[in-house]
Amino acid sequence: MTVTAAPVPGPRTRARRGAGSGRPAWSFVTFLVALVVASPVIAVVVDGVLNGREATMPRGLGGMVVTTLLLMTGVGLGTLVVGGGLAWLVTAYRFPGRDVLVWLLVLPLAMPAYILGFVFLSTFDAAGPVQSLLRDVLGDAVAFSVRSLPGAIVVMSLSLFPYVYLMARAALVEQSPTTYDAARSLGAGRRRAFWRVVVPLARPSLAAGLAIVMMEVLTDFATVQYFGVKTVSVGVYLVWKGSYDFHAATQISALVLVFAVAVLAGERLMRGRARFTQRGGRGAGLPAERLTGAHGWAATLACLLALAAGFVVPVIRLVGWAVAEARADPEAFVDERFGEYLANSLAVAAIAATGCVLLSLVMSHAVRIGGGRVVGSAASVTTFGYAVPGAVVGIGVLLVFAWADRALEALGVPNGTGLLVTGSVLGILYAYLVRFLAPAYQAVDASFAKIAPSMTLSAMSLGAGPLGVLSRVHLPLVRPGVAVALVLVTIDAIKELPIVLLLRPFGFTTVAVWVYQLAAENFWQKAALPALVIVAAATVPVYVLFRQIRATDRRDARER
Amino acid sequence: MPRSPRVRRPALLLASTLALSATVSGCGFLGIGGDEPGDIQVYSARHYDLEDAFVEFEEETGLKVDFIFGDDAELLERLKSEGDESPADMFVTVDAGNLWNAEEQGVLQPVDSQVLKDSIPAEYRDPGNEWFGLALRARTIAYNPDNVDPADFDTEDTYAGLTDPKWKGRLCMRDSTEAYTQSLVASLIDLHGRERTKEIVQGWLDNDVDIMSNDIELLEAVDAGTCDVAIVNHYYYARELDEKPDLNVKLFWASQDGAGTHVNISGAGITESSDAPKKAQRLLEWLASDGQKAFVGGNHEYPVNPDVAPDDVIAGFGDFTPMPVDAKAYGSLNPEATELLAEVGYE
Amino acid sequence: MSADTPALRLDKVTKRYGATTAARDLVLDVAPGELLTLIGPSGCGKSTTLRLVAGLDRPDEGCVSIAGETVADGRRWQPPEKRRVGLVFQEHALFPHLTVARNVAFGIDRLPRGEQRARVGEMLDLVRLGHLAKRYPHELSGGEQQRVALARALAPRPAVVLLDEPFSSLDETLRAQVRAETVGALRETGTTALFVTHDQTEALSTGDRVVVMRDGVIEQADTPQAVFESPATRFVASFMGDADFLPAHVHDALLTSEIGVVSTVPGWGNVDVDVEVVLRPHEVALAPDPDARAEVVAVEYHGAFVLHTVRLASGSTLRSWQTHAVRYPAGTRVAVSVVPGIRPTLLVGDHAVSEPPR
Repeated sequence: MTVTAAPVPGPRTRARRGAGSGRPAWSFVTFLVALVVASPVIAVVVDGVLNGREATMPRGLGGMVVTTLLLMTGVGLGTLVVGGGLAWLVTAYRFPGRDVLVWLLVLPLAMPAYILGFVFLSTFDAAGPVQSLLRDVLGDAVAFSVRSLPGAIVVMSLSLFPYVYLMARAALVEQSPTTYDAARSLGAGRRRAFWRVVVPLARPSLAAGLAIVMMEVLTDFATVQYFGVKTVSVGVYLVWKGSYDFHAATQISALVLVFAVAVLAGERLMRGRARFTQRGGRGAGLPAERLTGAHGWAATLACLLALAAGFVVPVIRLVGWAVAEARADPEAFVDERFGEYLANSLAVAAIAATGCVLLSLVMSHAVRIGGGRVVGSAASVTTFGYAVPGAVVGIGVLLVFAWADRALEALGVPNGTGLLVTGSVLGILYAYLVRFLAPAYQAVDASFAKIAPSMTLSAMSLGAGPLGVLSRVHLPLVRPGVAVALVLVTIDAIKELPIVLLLRPFGFTTVAVWVYQLAAENFWQKAALPALVIVAAATVPVYVLFRQIRATDRRDARER
Repeated sequence: MPRSPRVRRPALLLASTLALSATVSGCGFLGIGGDEPGDIQVYSARHYDLEDAFVEFEEETGLKVDFIFGDDAELLERLKSEGDESPADMFVTVDAGNLWNAEEQGVLQPVDSQVLKDSIPAEYRDPGNEWFGLALRARTIAYNPDNVDPADFDTEDTYAGLTDPKWKGRLCMRDSTEAYTQSLVASLIDLHGRERTKEIVQGWLDNDVDIMSNDIELLEAVDAGTCDVAIVNHYYYARELDEKPDLNVKLFWASQDGAGTHVNISGAGITESSDAPKKAQRLLEWLASDGQKAFVGGNHEYPVNPDVAPDDVIAGFGDFTPMPVDAKAYGSLNPEATELLAEVGYE
Repeated sequence: MSADTPALRLDKVTKRYGATTAARDLVLDVAPGELLTLIGPSGCGKSTTLRLVAGLDRPDEGCVSIAGETVADGRRWQPPEKRRVGLVFQEHALFPHLTVARNVAFGIDRLPRGEQRARVGEMLDLVRLGHLAKRYPHELSGGEQQRVALARALAPRPAVVLLDEPFSSLDETLRAQVRAETVGALRETGTTALFVTHDQTEALSTGDRVVVMRDGVIEQADTPQAVFESPATRFVASFMGDADFLPAHVHDALLTSEIGVVSTVPGWGNVDVDVEVVLRPHEVALAPDPDARAEVVAVEYHGAFVLHTVRLASGSTLRSWQTHAVRYPAGTRVAVSVVPGIRPTLLVGDHAVSEPPR
């Protein structure tokens, strides 16, 4: 990656400005999106502050904060090592199976945390098959609990590392070999060149990946509950469901937001002041070194291990259960509404992904064509929803519609919004937008950052209006980011549970809800098949992403 | 040529995916059109077998029931924020505390029904007639007969008896986020007061209780012998027995010489916003009488209606004395129970 | 547009970014077909000027007109795509997803297809790249990319083309050739161009006029000869080529300094003032003289010329170009004078004076 200073040479203060001096309409749309997306979160916080009784903060909130910090740090390090390390391995080296592993390593994304957590526990805990086997071999003394903070860190790292992997790999592929070669020629060994040149240049992408991971950790409820790890999110649920105090719960979710702000601020800080646009669009990538013999197979093994732990083993367990269930009860094995549930899941995910990507494009574009700092801030506001637990976002959506309803009735509209929000999937789609705009915006914005501002300026000076610049220049150039965004949101949306559970209209069930209905009553064998369906459905977009990655690789190879 | 077709393709692809998926999912998708809405609409935190029960009800009465399954607390918030426009006629929940809380929040309306009064013993329904218990579950002791002599259990107060050092390293229980745990502790607070309950929970911890995240896991641990004694819901034991008849686990009815075994109820009420309260009442009455078997049967729960016999599997567990259910106490003490658990460090 | 309507006019244009004023009261007319170079040190405001003309920034005060049409003033503001301004960047900024032909056609997509094709062909012929029409940008050399960028900017017949250091990314050997071709193409199409550079030689050799900026202010806008030979300020004198400054005195139309009489100053008959004289190395003559008090302190060989640095008795130094045959070793005592016929620039304070100060 060639790090160029400003598009138009000038003092540093001007380096960050966009192209053009602002488009009121586009800036306005960005503000509108920010408002619409932020309002459920704001509604929850305001509602909590206005209606909170004498705050019944759960005992041990301090401990929860510490636990949350430990978990975030642990999972952050874990995903950084696994995701970043694997990205480096498949980019800088060639070894047996590398071409397939490149995309297989994204698959753990397809495994919902609430499934992975359960499978992991039932496999590795004291009564599970692994320890039973160990007892047969080593004697009865073997019985230990994996239900702990370290256990949660391992499982979450294994299911979330693909976020860091994806971002890091994109950054490494785009790095110019010249910087690396320059470092080597200056006497830096391969390792030193890696730490001193490759890692710092990949820093913004690593930061973006880590930010997504941290937000996932913050909002997770399923895994931490399985592992008995009391994070602040667990605090939200404890107060809400244990003390029946929803308003106090919203006050704690405001605390979760504080964490989110810290994560995003940390990400900005890690990005630093440097600009990472590239000259001519794309770097040629690092030259891959062939690993032969034992080294090569060791690399293959490392990738396979990560893949096995995060994907293959859980899938095998699920298949085992599904087969057992099919044997036990062949007639009830496949629910007749299977097709409908799946279509619902896919349709909502597709619409949510499309919507999130479109809005991300609009916002990134608005910032690019000259929004300035304020529009940029508005755009980043939209990413906070990702750090709010799904059920809380759902409640926020309900509150917003309730307010809109009252406002409309006050204005004389009979019936206000009626039953718009829970009478249709509109509420679900809205909540999805609030939750998943962040990963979409991160991915699209990262692609935008790679377009030199002079490209935008050239298009404008050639008579292309904002819409023309978007469709004729920006859109074709950010296609990789758009693809990543579509995939991330689709996967997330297929897996999403609490929002659908809370906001769905009568007769609307998704595969995730189906799994939950069974899992909530501990029918894990029955839940195995729909869980596999979720995994399979999420694997499709992962495969699409892989094709995108492969196409980029080929093009890079051609240009080299 | 001004516009490259290369540019247009992804947008087209996107649009067609969208159109396709919207079509595939059917016309009911956006909540317009689709199936005729049912006569009675139910928000339920209970899923198991409810569907079959409603089908049976429709066959008997011709009244169609729609229902949404979800989480107690979340469905309650949804009910509240939908207000008068809520389509729900009935709210079904799985915990006495939740029933009490729903009443507190004012989302239910009283029902004056002789059928309900006749079918449900007074202790399992609201004195103000806003909610009615429909099914009973007991939370009691499961043990591994190879390692435990049931004579070792304290028959007066079995839950408190588990604090005896002889159980050290042999116990496993559910986590503190689970309503079952909270409700058990709330009932102990009601019974013994806060200080004594704190000692009991502390005693479990002192015995190195192994905390797990679901009841099936507890039963499997007892079966595998990695833990000797667990506190579980009776119906999970019944269900495991269905699957594995050779399960090496036995059930022990707690506190039979004392306050009785901890029980809790699932129940329902008719919503304040219901636009079909009469039909909903009919459903409620049916669930408490003719529909009891359908409501509790497949899940191995005890019917609240004394005229309805429990199913064969749980009948085999023998009779037991339940601890009296005080929904108000369970509900109002639940926050305190949660706090107590956190205070002594019960995860 | 009549013949004397300027292609570009800046009228008291001011632009601030926070506390810094990036452009202050810029006044400039560019005639149709004129080629203007804009030069100054980093941060002088030349890029701001380009951005203001292109419509990438709004002026805080003043008025910008292009071909007689006001595009920015207190009330009106036309966005870049509505202005008839072409842009050529240092990094070329070709659209990597489009072929050369489609890059060039980008700005003329509203023309009928046949006309588009003809215009693209015409433009590619102009930059002699017709044979590369179907290639993608990454398949071109840097020089070729530069020429495509120019063809693309010229295709919509802009009223003015702005070139932002267009050659600085090219290597030295290629640069002169591409520059000549670019200027040729601009001249051939009669295009008005504003051309930012940081290379003094390039500024002097390419522009019909040179605009020198510093700290957001235009110091001088004049022909290359005038800027070089009659700099308006001390800054212009030292920025545009080498210059030394010597304290001097004018008395009765005679300019004298440490090196003796420099020249006569017609019209300064009745004055008696201290000034500074600007001397460029080619204006300083040397002659070996063992008795002289000036001494050669450094000699630099530049091929055709040899640059001598001379320290005068006062300690001031002057530089002098000598033809390559002449080389006085360091330590040589030399008599210093000014080449006959030279009318050097006089400074009072930081500004050049042509009239005697009052």
